[in-house]
Amino acid sequence: MTSPVKKGYTRPLDLKHGRVDMSHGGGGRAMVQLMTDLFAKHLGNEYLAQGNDGTWLPACNGRLVVSTDSHVVSPLFFPGGDIGGLSVHGTVNDVAVMGATPLYLTAGFILEEGFPLADLARIVESMAQAAAEAGVKLVAGDTKVVEQGKGDGVFITTTGIGFLADGIHLSGDLAQPGDVLLVSGTVGDHGMAIMSKRENLSFDAPILSDSASLNGLTAAMLASGAAIRVMRDPTRGGLAATINEIAHQSGVGIHLEEAAIPVQPAVEAACELLGLDPLNIANEGKLIAICAAEDADRLLAAMRAHPQGQQAVIIGKVVEDANAFVQMKTRFGGRRMVDWLSGEQLPRIC
Amino acid sequence: MKYVDEFRDGEVAKGLANAIAAEVRPDRRYNFMEFCGGHTHAISRYGVPDLLPESVRMIHGPGCPVCVLPIGRIDLAIKLALENGVILCTYADTVRVPASDGLSLMRAKARGGDIRMVYAVTDALKIARDNPDKEVVFFAIGFETTTPPTAVAIKQADAEGMQNFSVLCCHVLTPSAITNILESPEVRELGTVPLDGFIGPAHVSTIIGSRPYEFFAEEYRKPVVIAGFEPLDVMQAILMLVRQVNEGRAEVENEFTRAVTPDGNLKAQNLVSDVFELRRSFEWRGLGEVPYSALKIRERYAQFDAEARYQLEYRPVADNKACECGAILRGVKKPTDCKIFGNVCTPENPMGSCMVSSEGACAAHYTYGRHKDVERDVEQDVSSEVASHGHE
Ligand code: SF4
Repeated sequence: MTSPVKKGYTRPLDLKHGRVDMSHGGGGRAMVQLMTDLFAKHLGNEYLAQGNDGTWLPACNGRLVVSTDSHVVSPLFFPGGDIGGLSVHGTVNDVAVMGATPLYLTAGFILEEGFPLADLARIVESMAQAAAEAGVKLVAGDTKVVEQGKGDGVFITTTGIGFLADGIHLSGDLAQPGDVLLVSGTVGDHGMAIMSKRENLSFDAPILSDSASLNGLTAAMLASGAAIRVMRDPTRGGLAATINEIAHQSGVGIHLEEAAIPVQPAVEAACELLGLDPLNIANEGKLIAICAAEDADRLLAAMRAHPQGQQAVIIGKVVEDANAFVQMKTRFGGRRMVDWLSGEQLPRIC
Repeated sequence: MKYVDEFRDGEVAKGLANAIAAEVRPDRRYNFMEFCGGHTHAISRYGVPDLLPESVRMIHGPGCPVCVLPIGRIDLAIKLALENGVILCTYADTVRVPASDGLSLMRAKARGGDIRMVYAVTDALKIARDNPDKEVVFFAIGFETTTPPTAVAIKQADAEGMQNFSVLCCHVLTPSAITNILESPEVRELGTVPLDGFIGPAHVSTIIGSRPYEFFAEEYRKPVVIAGFEPLDVMQAILMLVRQVNEGRAEVENEFTRAVTPDGNLKAQNLVSDVFELRRSFEWRGLGEVPYSALKIRERYAQFDAEARYQLEYRPVADNKACECGAILRGVKKPTDCKIFGNVCTPENPMGSCMVSSEGACAAHYTYGRHKDVERDVEQDVSSEVASHGHE
């Protein structure tokens, strides 16, 4: 006779119609199932497979770079991307613009009760794809569930760890008068993609977020041998905020040429409509770099040779200025300050 | 897209700048007021003053809807959110305007008020439909351009029989504000505000037309040129004003013929007068009580009038003592004349309303023009202030 005790049966995760419930964060079987059937399935690797409270990583002979970022974007799915990809790109880029090679990621999820598992699956798949493209591995993760109404679908916090080769030292306080400033492509795409979706603006071609990992581009730039002093990805606050930060950290002024700054026509039109300035709008797949003037051509060539830097241009120069003012010659022929934006122009964009 | 660039073209601007330089007389100065915040913003954003001869000075006028809202009105909105428990819908700019007791709508939101930022009154209607068990109030501010949409919303709410939607009406009128400035002692007697002409509003004029300005031209002998919001429009208008002054003319001219007609938009005007009537008097920040300068909702639509519905009583509140917003809105002072400009009062921590909206004179100067103060007066040590500002 066979034993009357049946083998434990767990219903498979219903990725079509299922929803996140409180048990998915409760530490019981449902949580384990979510971990193995969804997260491990897409994001699994030898480190995650260790399955302990912590993950050991191989020793690394050199300096490490760590960066962490929380993502609360609304809507979760936007033209050109979603919160999953964004949560990888954002952190990979923060590590990459330090001059480091991103290696590992950790991710913390805060899920709202009732969130469709199908959407969660899409987000996890998108993370997996972004991680694979960037060549990073998810080595630790955590999931919590909050009651309905206490979250907004999904919040994701990621931490990135990268290896910094000897001899590389990039920092916001290294800009010197005489240096030039380059941008890798059009500005304002991510913020306006989100905004046009929220405001239901329609254009002939939809504005797509530029959300992407930039570690390929940064590697190519470093390999060019140009004397790069600063790299930054101008996310929240846009170009204006990032350039002001550098000016203050380095105690220099920065002069921009409005006519040189690349902006997509649709982004420009949308900004016009909403009374916004493309310089204040977030990017998630662009970087700026400051380098010695004599190396500018070499760096520019290296950037343009990379698919993510084809539209790279020089947009300004570093000058002596104790006030650390950022000024811009307008296309109109006048001159004005470029300042930080006060308050929140676009909440919940990344 | 083409459209946008066409009106900002640097080459054309240079040509206009040369024409203005050739037109100005060496023996006199030209002081023009741009009434509208949209023009103030365009002038600062594109660096228009750099293209003007030294003798042409632009004075910022009171046409920034957020700037002219008195504290007492914001207090009413805050009360609705915190005490009456309504969902208060407002334009984003308004949330940072300082009100009484160290509050602003933003701080009231942090204290639990349900305050939502909307781009249009239609968003507020939608919120009301989606929340039938809550009362929703739209905080309606602005000049003649924003009034017709509010009127449409009220009629729509009426047609739908909505029970939970009302409007806190703070719509104000451009011509009364201009009259008030022209009648002010500074302009009339003291001569502290030398005013040689006005750049008339763009969007407002598409609604009210160019005719209302004829009175100013005739009665006060001030030329008015209505101009679009593009920087080239502004340059062209300045050239036209300089010519009028030189020729001793005081006429209403229209640079913005691509959108403004003498009579304006009659349909919109009818709609507005159907829903609103003149208030006997309304307090403006900076200008004080100005007779017949604002609108209120007609009796027929009283159920959509938040002031009637919640029996709100307006209490005037004095501005911060150090704040020069009043004098700035009247064109008597410049932002840098205010002692707390740029040190205590910054866009991050506005003490007065002019520092809040990008159309406000102080915010525009702080954001776009403060490098000029340093060039003018190198001794003035603003570096420490700027540095500390950077670490906020
Ligand atoms: S600087 Fe601030 S306090 Fe002074 S006038 Fe301007 S807004 Fe008012």
